[in-house]
Amino acid sequence: MSLEKTYPKEVKLILSKYPPEQKRSAVMPLLYLAQREEGYINKAAMQDIAKMLDITETEVASIVGFYTLYHDEKAGKYRMQVCTDLPCALRGADEFLNHLCGNLGIKVGETTADGLVTLEGVMCLAACDKAPMFQTQGPDGIKYHENMTVDRTMELIEALKEVN
Amino acid sequence: MTHVLLRHRDIPDINKLDVYKKNGGIDAFKKAVTKMQPTEVTEVIKNSNLRGRGGAGFPTGMKWSFIDNKNWPHYVVANADESEPGTFKDRELMESNPFQFLEGLAIASYAVGATAAYVYLRGEFWQVAAFLDEKIAEMEKAGYLGDNLFGTEYSLKIFTHLGAGAYICGEETALLESLEGKRGQPRVRPPFPPSFGLYGKPTIINNVETFANVPPIIANGADWYKSMGTADSAGVKLFSLSGRVRKPGNYELPFGTTFRQLIYEYGGGVQEGRPVKAIMPAGASSSLIVVDDKVLDTPMDYATVRTLGADLGSASVIVIDDTVSVDWIINKTIHFFKHESCGKCTPCREGNYWMQTITNRIHSGEGKQEDIDLLLNVAKQMQGKCLCALGEFATMAVVTGIERFPQDFKKAVK
Repeated sequence: MSLEKTYPKEVKLILSKYPPEQKRSAVMPLLYLAQREEGYINKAAMQDIAKMLDITETEVASIVGFYTLYHDEKAGKYRMQVCTDLPCALRGADEFLNHLCGNLGIKVGETTADGLVTLEGVMCLAACDKAPMFQTQGPDGIKYHENMTVDRTMELIEALKEVN
Repeated sequence: MTHVLLRHRDIPDINKLDVYKKNGGIDAFKKAVTKMQPTEVTEVIKNSNLRGRGGAGFPTGMKWSFIDNKNWPHYVVANADESEPGTFKDRELMESNPFQFLEGLAIASYAVGATAAYVYLRGEFWQVAAFLDEKIAEMEKAGYLGDNLFGTEYSLKIFTHLGAGAYICGEETALLESLEGKRGQPRVRPPFPPSFGLYGKPTIINNVETFANVPPIIANGADWYKSMGTADSAGVKLFSLSGRVRKPGNYELPFGTTFRQLIYEYGGGVQEGRPVKAIMPAGASSSLIVVDDKVLDTPMDYATVRTLGADLGSASVIVIDDTVSVDWIINKTIHFFKHESCGKCTPCREGNYWMQTITNRIHSGEGKQEDIDLLLNVAKQMQGKCLCALGEFATMAVVTGIERFPQDFKKAVK
């Protein structure tokens, strides 16, 4: 796979943001690009990025491993990431997540049988006044869903099913 | 009250460039670039007593004056990594009043001679970054960013850069590492960013809210700004109110507003009318304050909150009522810090692991009295031994929780 061939416009735009002698800075935006289609980053993509930026594959892998929004394994098409940190938990986030697990018949970290949704508990998403809330990470980027109820979340999942 | 920062609450369309312009927007940037020397701009900010809004409260103008003029190019970076549990103010600013933030960033760049500035947003702010990209493009098109601004020699480009989910990148040197394409781990300081920052070049890093304060200060003057707030802490502050209140949200208030006013007058009081048991004024990094009438009537500024045994930090006020046990609170905060420790410093990496193990034991009802002593011991062993503040922050709620709410822990153990 070659990002430069698949996304020539995007790659050019990303590289233009940083001084030419500092192109390593482009590693994070390029990883997002590599993750766009499959939802995770495979070894070939890491090799491709390493080559493009003149760094080692290990250095690229260390970035993937360090940051939570990069994934090196396939999961559901959408990762539903519920914030369960203190401020959200004070507004019922733990109960919300448990209830959701019950409705979907999966545990935290698991994926629905149709491969559509992986349910995760995550750290603070800076929406403490709008709990319970979660973000969906999927092919169209990251979206926030705030002041949620279990019913509205199930409706959202139904809607995702229909478009996929 | 007319807002200084949350101006979208008075002028809903202020996220449109023509509306922003019509309401005095860009005037301050134009004034700075065409009528003021860069050092004069820094002098006005210094005189305004504006302090950094990211949590540390460092004097902004002083920071700008530290820029090393023997080493070029210079950079300015906006810290939009907002990740402290309880803080959600920068997001509202960027989403709803984006031009004021960008104009402040532009003025700061002019003041320190930077021709490139970066906005480092946490990866979760994907939509915010896309929105800012649109706003930056609009400013370029209108001639407010780009080459030879307002007919002068000054040129400036602003770029957004997304992180990817790491609390540590809110620490300024970890942020720089991340922006350079590395793992976000803090650097040894000194040298500090104004002499050795992005790509080893002199760099000024400020929080989004700090930048948003800059245009009105340049427009209205330092004395106008100092007329708001207290002698210790000038101006207005965004208070992110969360937890067990009826109306959580961001409130723009002058420094010196009391906890009681924030929680009861603005926040609508506590859910189900219960009493406030504890306050964490600086998010999950905060010490726990035992609340009584005297505490509620304490004015919130950096110096006065310190007299209560806590820091105001970024003013992310988490309200805890009497239905909540403090052993659960620290179980939550430690879970967070254990997850977010970058692993560079052993006391933080290992200490948080052990604190999590012990607090899990206590919270699950399997703990003994010795576990409370052990937890306190581990926390105190971590203090003062790490490169950045994360190792310190992780211990604040633990130490103050155990020392100030001993009854909650006694009840939790066998």
